[in-house]
Amino acid sequence: MLIEVRNFSRSYGTRPAVSDLDFTVRRGELFGLIGPDGAGKTTTMRTLVTLLRPDAGTLTVAGNDAVRDTRSIRSMIGYMPQRFSLYPDLSVEQNLRFFGELFSVPKTELPARLERLYRFSRLQPFARRLAGRLSGGMKQKLALSCTLIHNPVLLVLDEPTTGVDPVSRHEFWDILRELRTQGVTILVSTPYMDEARLCDRIVIMHEGRALAQGTPDELIASRPATLTSLAPSLEDVFISLIEENTRHAN
Amino acid sequence: MKRRVLAIMRKEFTHIFRDWRTLLIIILMPIMMIVLYGYAITLDMRNIVFGVIDDARTPESRALVEAFAENGFFVPLGRDVRRAEVEKLFMRREALLVIVIPSDFNTQFERSGRSRVQLLIDASDSNIGTFVSNYAEQVLQQYNLRMNDGLRTDGRLPVLFEIAPRILYNPDMNSTFFFVPGLVALILMLISALLTSIAITREKETGTMEQILVSPVHAREIIIGKVLPYILLGLLNASIILVSARLLFDVPMRGSLPLLGLLTLIYVFVALSFGLLISAVARTQLIAMFMTLMATILPTIMLSGFIFPIDSMPTVLRWLAHVIPATWFLEIIRGIMLKGVGLRELWPQSLILTGLGVLLVANAIRRFRMRLE
Repeated sequence: MLIEVRNFSRSYGTRPAVSDLDFTVRRGELFGLIGPDGAGKTTTMRTLVTLLRPDAGTLTVAGNDAVRDTRSIRSMIGYMPQRFSLYPDLSVEQNLRFFGELFSVPKTELPARLERLYRFSRLQPFARRLAGRLSGGMKQKLALSCTLIHNPVLLVLDEPTTGVDPVSRHEFWDILRELRTQGVTILVSTPYMDEARLCDRIVIMHEGRALAQGTPDELIASRPATLTSLAPSLEDVFISLIEENTRHAN
Repeated sequence: MKRRVLAIMRKEFTHIFRDWRTLLIIILMPIMMIVLYGYAITLDMRNIVFGVIDDARTPESRALVEAFAENGFFVPLGRDVRRAEVEKLFMRREALLVIVIPSDFNTQFERSGRSRVQLLIDASDSNIGTFVSNYAEQVLQQYNLRMNDGLRTDGRLPVLFEIAPRILYNPDMNSTFFFVPGLVALILMLISALLTSIAITREKETGTMEQILVSPVHAREIIIGKVLPYILLGLLNASIILVSARLLFDVPMRGSLPLLGLLTLIYVFVALSFGLLISAVARTQLIAMFMTLMATILPTIMLSGFIFPIDSMPTVLRWLAHVIPATWFLEIIRGIMLKGVGLRELWPQSLILTGLGVLLVANAIRRFRMRLE
């Protein structure tokens, strides 16, 4: 197991963001946190990458505790926050080099890494362009490249395709699946069901709780066909789960 | 460690040079301020207009009025003033001083050897009021001396001694000499603190801080990498101010320039660290800016001895003045520029300034949050 999350709870003031969450991610897996806004996806990811402290429960990455072993976790993961957070007044290459140096990538190895990242992101022609002048899709590819510069074991991507055009979204997911074949473990969050379908395993979250987890096919199979939809899609599963949850709460 | 600091420094320099508008403001603001302060704010007063109500109309009373007029400080109103219009005169600020010479000016003098003259002074600005009153007193003294000289044969009291003050270091009492060092202290504190407090809160606001925190970087590396580039910018600023002060106002430089440079460097470091401390508390650039403006301008102008002497403050404020970096830097810069003193005289101030810097930066590192909470 690369990631283990056990009984994780976290609230902001009196408002609970995540309650009693459990899930594990195996090495080499493409794992999805699926849910609408406010489901607790970002809170979970931020805690896992050591930016927030949990109120209760334990979170570990390769056996390192997210509260105690912050530095070792920080050096082995690549984290891409939801908001574009690179330097808009630095060029594509300056951004890449900056993160390379921040993560102590050996000087002699940096050119080869840049070369490789340019190849898969196709950003080479824009190396000297300021990051702020890139299109939405290119920005996301640059952000992904920056998180990959130090060859992380684990990628944590918080809604990487929100607000990106469909073609770029498709391209981005192609890159993710290619990365997985190279052995990188990926934890990704998304509100889109078509993207959830592309994950190895997912956990469906709603208002801070895990409603179901498993492979997309398992989740679909667990739902009986109804009158309205003989062959339920993942979206149908998702909606019925949420409806059930809200009914329970009332 | 060194490589990460260098990476952050290089990035910070790129920010500085890409944002040429801000750079321009940083370079032009000190020149603008020094011209504004240097020419507009002056404590030297000339051409104070005075009116006269002369009820005596004797040669002696006219001599008194002339004694006022021949001094460059006072200028006669140029017409007679009636008693009833004195208030209107002050209201319209046509005159700041009215001299009232009573009709028995001469008879009093002949009878008892002394005579009374009334001075009406507009002290709505108490500073000006005091100045006018002091100057007027001097004029009257000179007038007395002259009159007494003529009377000495009568066996009246001769004047036994007179005070002849000699004003050192700034013999013309030129207030720009006094202001320019203060301006250096003020501008450096303001700009340096603004630079660092904004440099860090900007990264919090745009989310880039979240990105670099999730790296093996240490708090001290971020802070050192952020401060060093701005030290250079601060020194550039200091030299712009000093050169323009020299060219525009002929402010003297009597002491060692390298020593001033070194101590200015320490002062800039203190100011930058102060900005860092603010950025540890402030969440947005706007809040950081307001906090910095409030926390630097007011204390630096009011409490550092920039304008008001610390020795005449109430005890509590005097205590407060001692923790304001500008207080110490002002003593240093005035000492070096105007008096030509060196480290032998200024070591306590230099030591305190250094101590303040170390304290501030250690605090900034300690308070720097490596998490988002």
